[in-house]
Amino acid sequence: MIKVIKYSLSDLLRNRWVWAYVLFFWATVFGLHYLRGDGGQVLVSLLNIIVLFVPLISLVFSLMYMYQVREFIELLLAQPVSRWSIFLGYYLGVTIALGLALVIGIGVPILLVGTGVAGDAWMTLIAVGVFETAIFAAIACSLVVRNDNRLIGFGMGLMIWVFMAILYDGIVLLTMVLFEEYRLEGWALAAMTLNPIDMGRVLVMFRMDYSALLGFTGAVFQRFFGTFSGSIVLIGAFFVWVGVPVWILRRRTLKKDF
Amino acid sequence: MIRYNEISKTFGKQRVLNDVSLSWDTPGIYGILGPNGSGKTTLMKMLLGMVHPDAGEIQFNGRSIHGQYKYREDLIYLPQIARFPENLTVQEHLALIEQLRGKAPRKQMMIEHFGIGGFLGKSLRNLSGGMRQKVNLVGCFMYDAPVVIMDEPTVGLDPISLIALKELIRMERQAGKIILITTHILEFVEELADEVVFLLEGDIYFRGDLSSLYDQTETTDLEHAIAHILTKKKQTS
Repeated sequence: MIKVIKYSLSDLLRNRWVWAYVLFFWATVFGLHYLRGDGGQVLVSLLNIIVLFVPLISLVFSLMYMYQVREFIELLLAQPVSRWSIFLGYYLGVTIALGLALVIGIGVPILLVGTGVAGDAWMTLIAVGVFETAIFAAIACSLVVRNDNRLIGFGMGLMIWVFMAILYDGIVLLTMVLFEEYRLEGWALAAMTLNPIDMGRVLVMFRMDYSALLGFTGAVFQRFFGTFSGSIVLIGAFFVWVGVPVWILRRRTLKKDF
Repeated sequence: MIRYNEISKTFGKQRVLNDVSLSWDTPGIYGILGPNGSGKTTLMKMLLGMVHPDAGEIQFNGRSIHGQYKYREDLIYLPQIARFPENLTVQEHLALIEQLRGKAPRKQMMIEHFGIGGFLGKSLRNLSGGMRQKVNLVGCFMYDAPVVIMDEPTVGLDPISLIALKELIRMERQAGKIILITTHILEFVEELADEVVFLLEGDIYFRGDLSSLYDQTETTDLEHAIAHILTKKKQTS
């Protein structure tokens, strides 16, 4: 597997789109810093980019890359290497490359201009971005293994992104309005952990002490995140969100006829 | 050495292999023939673990290959369509295979045998179909394994490369290897194969040497023998 990771990483680090991704972050962070000045405001603006844009780019780029790899997968599958290690190697390769691009893309400008607010909020933002990358790259890889037709693969990927980034919040909001006479804090908390995009957004907001913006629900969230068990649940939820698509990828990879 | 035990496979509604049992134990060149969609490629891919049988078991060296991959150290495979990572050069592509499989003992020898030394630095996307097939052949034969599997090896090859390939296959047979070939080029099989397997609609219709096939079909060449089998099949169905 290490050999496949090494190969895919060396291939991806020569890919101009990965470097365009780094440059995009540099331009955004420096641009926001120039326009807003305050590190906290830059972070909030960047938060929206991270939670919406990173999943989309990770999904589309991983779909593109894995469909390209699929073309010559027959050649690799004939070698004395396990099928799973080939796919896991490629998945980790694409995740590490995009994750590194994100860390360099945000980390370098921040080191140069300073964080402005507590460094741990920035660390959380980058960690959320890396998790989102790992989650959506895994979803993309399992879509590629499932669908030989790349149009269907891309279509399904974009549908998943639209659902998680846009529709999901609308549905949750609707349930909140419909059942407003009930206590919904528990549901709000559960609904948040069921969507990695929401989870990332809320996690960074709480690191910045913006929980007051969410009213009573915010207080419940604050109490939950403030505890050790709350943090463990949240970190655990992120790992589950990475683990489930990877598990689906493994199942599909082992069953697939190539 | 290679044993297929009652293998069946269906893709969607199409039954590709129907309770097929087959084995190869002695060195030689074996041609696997049949019309399009008769299950030739599926049969070969199953031996490599790329396609899973719905029923039955495949054994290699007396052990089931199910969920295994180490046994592929004893196999080399030439795929039907040479698809490569387009952004790599020929040299980098061969190095990638070596990264996965280990150092290739016959790399330089095969580069010279197929005459690709002049375009090692060229990008794979700029190569013609024939050149890609030569790269494909080098990538396959640079390893020395007791079983060779080739799916349409002659595609796009010029006459000189075709002669080089035939020469190499004969050398491999002399070295005591089992060589499985599927092809539509019947002259290629007639010239090289010790034995043929003819697949038709997922069943083994014939297995044996070419002279038995000619006797059975009362013909004198492979083209007519196959035409005879197919016509007979049409009449009975």
